[in-house]
Amino acid sequence: MRKLSRLVPGGIALALVAAACAPNASQDSLRPAGPYAEKIDNLFKPVFWIATLVFFVVEGLLLYLVVRYRHRNGRQGIPPQVHGNQRLEIAWTILPALILVGVAVPTVSTIYDLAAQPTGRVLNVSVIGHQWWWEFDYPDLNVNTANELVIPVGQPVYLSLCAAGAGYDKQPAPNDCQDVSEIIGDSVIHSFWVPRLGGKQDVVPGRINHLLIQADRAGVYPGQCAEFCGLSHAYMRFSVVAQPRDEFDAWVGGQQADAATPPGGSLAATGLNEFLNGQCIACHAIQGTDAAAIGGPNLTHLMSRTCFRGCTMPISAANLKRWLRNPQAVEAGSWMRLNPPLTEGQIKSLVAYLMTLT
Amino acid sequence: MASVSLLAEGGRGGRLRRPTATTGFWSWITTVDHKRIGILYGFTAFLFFLIGGIEALLIRLQLARPDGTVLSAEAYNEFFTMHGITMIFLVVMPLSAAFFNYLIPLQIGARDVAFPRLNAFTYWAFLAGGLFIYSSFFLGGAPNAGWFGYAPLSTVEPGNNMLFYALGLLMTGIASTASAVNLSVTIINMRAPGMTMFRMPVFIWMGLVVQLLLVFALPIITVGLFQMLFDRRFGTHFFDPAAGGDPVLWQHMFWLFGHPEVYILVLPAMGIVSEVLPVFARKPLFGYQFVVFSGIAIGFIGFGVWAHHMFAVGLGPVANTAFAVSTMIIAVPTGVKIFNWLGTLWKGDIRFTTPMLFAIGFIAQFVVGGLSGVTHAVVPADYQQTDTYYIVAHFHYVLVGGAIFGLFSGIYYWWPKMFGRMLDERLGKIQFWSMAIGFNLTFGPMHILGLQGMPRRIQSYPASLGLDFWNLVATAGAFVIAASVLLFMVIAVRSFRRPKDAAADPWDARTLEWMTSSPPPAHNFDEIPIVRSLDELWHRKYAETETGVVVSVPAGGSGTGEGHGGGEGVGHGIHLPGPSYYPFVASVGLPLIGYGVIFQWWMAVVGVVVLLAGLYGWAMEPSAE
Repeated sequence: MRKLSRLVPGGIALALVAAACAPNASQDSLRPAGPYAEKIDNLFKPVFWIATLVFFVVEGLLLYLVVRYRHRNGRQGIPPQVHGNQRLEIAWTILPALILVGVAVPTVSTIYDLAAQPTGRVLNVSVIGHQWWWEFDYPDLNVNTANELVIPVGQPVYLSLCAAGAGYDKQPAPNDCQDVSEIIGDSVIHSFWVPRLGGKQDVVPGRINHLLIQADRAGVYPGQCAEFCGLSHAYMRFSVVAQPRDEFDAWVGGQQADAATPPGGSLAATGLNEFLNGQCIACHAIQGTDAAAIGGPNLTHLMSRTCFRGCTMPISAANLKRWLRNPQAVEAGSWMRLNPPLTEGQIKSLVAYLMTLT
Repeated sequence: MASVSLLAEGGRGGRLRRPTATTGFWSWITTVDHKRIGILYGFTAFLFFLIGGIEALLIRLQLARPDGTVLSAEAYNEFFTMHGITMIFLVVMPLSAAFFNYLIPLQIGARDVAFPRLNAFTYWAFLAGGLFIYSSFFLGGAPNAGWFGYAPLSTVEPGNNMLFYALGLLMTGIASTASAVNLSVTIINMRAPGMTMFRMPVFIWMGLVVQLLLVFALPIITVGLFQMLFDRRFGTHFFDPAAGGDPVLWQHMFWLFGHPEVYILVLPAMGIVSEVLPVFARKPLFGYQFVVFSGIAIGFIGFGVWAHHMFAVGLGPVANTAFAVSTMIIAVPTGVKIFNWLGTLWKGDIRFTTPMLFAIGFIAQFVVGGLSGVTHAVVPADYQQTDTYYIVAHFHYVLVGGAIFGLFSGIYYWWPKMFGRMLDERLGKIQFWSMAIGFNLTFGPMHILGLQGMPRRIQSYPASLGLDFWNLVATAGAFVIAASVLLFMVIAVRSFRRPKDAAADPWDARTLEWMTSSPPPAHNFDEIPIVRSLDELWHRKYAETETGVVVSVPAGGSGTGEGHGGGEGVGHGIHLPGPSYYPFVASVGLPLIGYGVIFQWWMAVVGVVVLLAGLYGWAMEPSAE
C-alpha cells in the first residue's frame, strides 16, 4: 500500500510523457508547427525534464525515508532528537537556487526573443476579438474576414490584437487596431491562442497587443479564445489556414473582389433584396453592395470559409437556416438579435443568396 | 466600568444584560469561546465544502464527454465561478480560520483570543457573506464571471450576478480582516509566560504570517471590489477603457491580493504538517528556524510575484522578466520547507496514523504543484500554459493535494482534542487512500489536457480536439474523491456514537494544547503553563541524557497527568469573557446593506440601523459577572 502511494504520482508523470505524443490532439502545444511555437517548446522541454528529475529525486527520497524509518514492531525508545543541520540546510537552499538560475537565463533571453520586432517580409493582420467570434483584417491587402485566418506558409505574421464591443457598428471601419481604440464599446478581454503556432496573447479593450505566429507547413491549425469572455466563451474558436504562397495570393485576389450579383428573378436575388432592406444590413457588410456595417462578420466571401459561429459550425445551407431561425438558440447570448424573427420564406431566400457569396 | 454598571442597573439595563446560556441553541449564537467559534467555522466550512464539491462534480459531469449537455452555458459559468469562490473564500480560508481560532490560544497557553466578541463577529460576518453570495441563486443568478472577476466582463455583463460577488466578498473580507487583526494581536501579546517568539510552535508562526498577509492583502481587494461595485452601481469608469479607465488595473488589484491569498491558503496547511510530522516521526521539526524564516520569506516575497498571473496580458518583456525572476525566487523558501520536512522524517520512528498519511500525502503532492509552478515562471512556456487545464492541475495540486490534504491531516490530528473522541483509524486510512487515488486521477490528467490545448472555463469542447480520454478519467477521479469525502462524514458521525475515549495527550505530542483535557474546559488551562522550551510538553515528558538518549521523565515529575485541566469544580475563579448577542446582531446588518445596494435603498438603511444597534449594544453591554 505504502509503495503504491509513491507510484501514483510517478505513474502520472510517465503517463504524461506517453500522452505528450498523442497524435490526435489538434491543439497540442507540444507539437509546434512553426518557429515561434518551437522556441517555446525548446525552452519548455528541458525545463520539464529538469522538473521531472527533481520530482523523482524528491519523491524517491520521501519514499526511501518513510520505508527506511517506519516504525517496526518491538522497537523501543525514542529516536535521537536531531534539531537540524545548518550546513545541510544551507546546501538545500543554494542548490535549488542554482538550478533556478540555470532556468532563468534561457527564460529571459526567450522572453526578449519572442518580443522582438520581426524583420524582413512580414504579413500584418489585425485581430479583433468580438463576443464570440474573431475578425481578421489585413490592412495592407484590403481584406476583411472572420473566424478563419489565412496565412502564407513560411512567413512571419505580425498580429495586432484588439477588442471590439457591441457599440462597434456605430463607428467607421477600422483598417487596423489604431482605429478600434475609438470603438471599444462594451468589449471584454479575449485571448488569442493557436497552440501549434505560438503562445497566447490577451486581447485587452483599450490596448493594442502584438503577437508573432508562423506556420512552416501548410495545414489547418485550430485555435480558440483562452480568456473567459462570457456566455459562449467555449464557442469562440478559429482556424489558422496556412497555404503555400501562390495559393495564398490567389486567395487574396478572390477576397479583394466584390461579391457577385445574383441574376434577376432568382431566389438569391430575392435574398439580396431581403438582405439590403431587412435587418441584416444593420450589422453586416457585403462588398459591392450597400451593406457596409461592421458589427458582425463581413459576409462578402462567406462561402470561401468553412465555418461560422466562432468556427464551431461548418457552413452549409442547413446550418445557416438553423442559425437564422434563432441565433440565441444556437449560441447562448448571441448578439445577433432578430426582431421580429425571420419568416421561413425570408430564411430560404437569404440562405440562397448567402450560398452565392463564394 | 462604573457607567456601564449604572446602565445595567438602571431601567434600561435589562436589555443590555448579557446572555448566560452555556448549552443549547442560544449558547452557540452568543458564544465568544474561541473553541466553539472554531468549531462553528469548521462545521460551516465543511458544509460549503460539500456544496463546492457538488458544483465540481457537475462541472466534471459536463466535461466528461465532448459537447456535453448536462449544463447550459449560463449554469456552467455560474457553477465554475461559484466553485472557485466557495472553495477559496468559504472553505479553505474559514477551515484554516477554524484551526487558528481553536488552536492559537491553546498552543500559546492563553485563555482566549484578544478580542473574543470581535472573534464571534468574524464568524457571523463570514457566514453572512457566504449566505449572501449563495442567495444570488434564488435572486436572479449567481456570480458568473469567474472567481477572478476580470473587468470589463464583470462590469458590463447584465444582471446582478457580479454585484453579489463584490458585496459578498466585501463581507467575508470584513470577517477575515477583523479576524486577522484579532489573531495577530493574540499571538503577539497573549503568549504564556516564557513562550518567546522562537518557542512558538511552527503552526503559530505560520498563523502569524497568514494573519499579517491578510491584514495587508485584503485592503487591496477591498478597494478593487468597491471600484467594481461603483462601476456597476454608480456608473464610475475605473475599468472602462472607453472612458479612460483600464481593465488591467483590476487585474493588478486582484492579483496583488490574489497571490498572497495563495499563501494565505497554503501556509496554514504547511503549519499543520509541521506539527504532525514531528509527532509521528517522534523527532523535533528539522531546522525549526529555517522553516520559520522560510515561511516569513514566503510572506514577504508573496507580495512581489502577482504579475505572473498576467504574463499574457502584454505588460512587456521587462515586467515579464522581473516577475519571472521573483517567482523563481519564491520557489527557494518553498523548497527549503520540503527538504526540512524530509529531514524531520530522517532517522525517525514513523507511525503511519491517518494524520501522518495525510501529511506525507501533502508533501508528495505539493512537490508536483511546486514543480509545475516553476514551469509557469518560465514565461514563454506560460504563454502556452496560462488559462489552460495545466494551470487547473497546478493549483489543485497546491490547494487540494496541498492545502486540503494538510487540513484533513489537521482534522484527524486535532479531532480528539476538539471532541474528546478518536476517529476510526482503519476507516481513516481507507479515506486517505481513496482521496489520494481520486485526487491524482482527477488532477494528474489535467496536466496533459492543458498541454494538449484545453483552455479553462470552457463549457464544452469538440471531439476534434482529441481530449476525450483524459477528461473521462478526470471525471471518474472526481467521483472517487466524492466517495472519500462521504466516507469521512461516516467516520466523523460514528465518532459521536461512542463515548468519549480520547486522553489528554493521545498522540504523545509536543505542544501545549495536549496538556489540557480533551476537549479542553472553557478556560483552557487550570493553570497557565510556564514555558521553558520549544516543544514544551515533550520536554515535560522526556529528557535527553548527555549522550542524546531520550528517557521518560517519571510521571509527576514536572510532567502533566491526564485530566490536568477540566476537572469538575476546577477553574471557577477564572475570569472568562461573557457571551454576547451583539456580534451576531451586528453581522445581520451586513447582508441587509448588501441587498439594499442591489435592490432597494431602504433595505440598506435598515441594515445600517441593525449594524449600529449591534455595535452600540456591543460597546455598552456590561461585563459579565
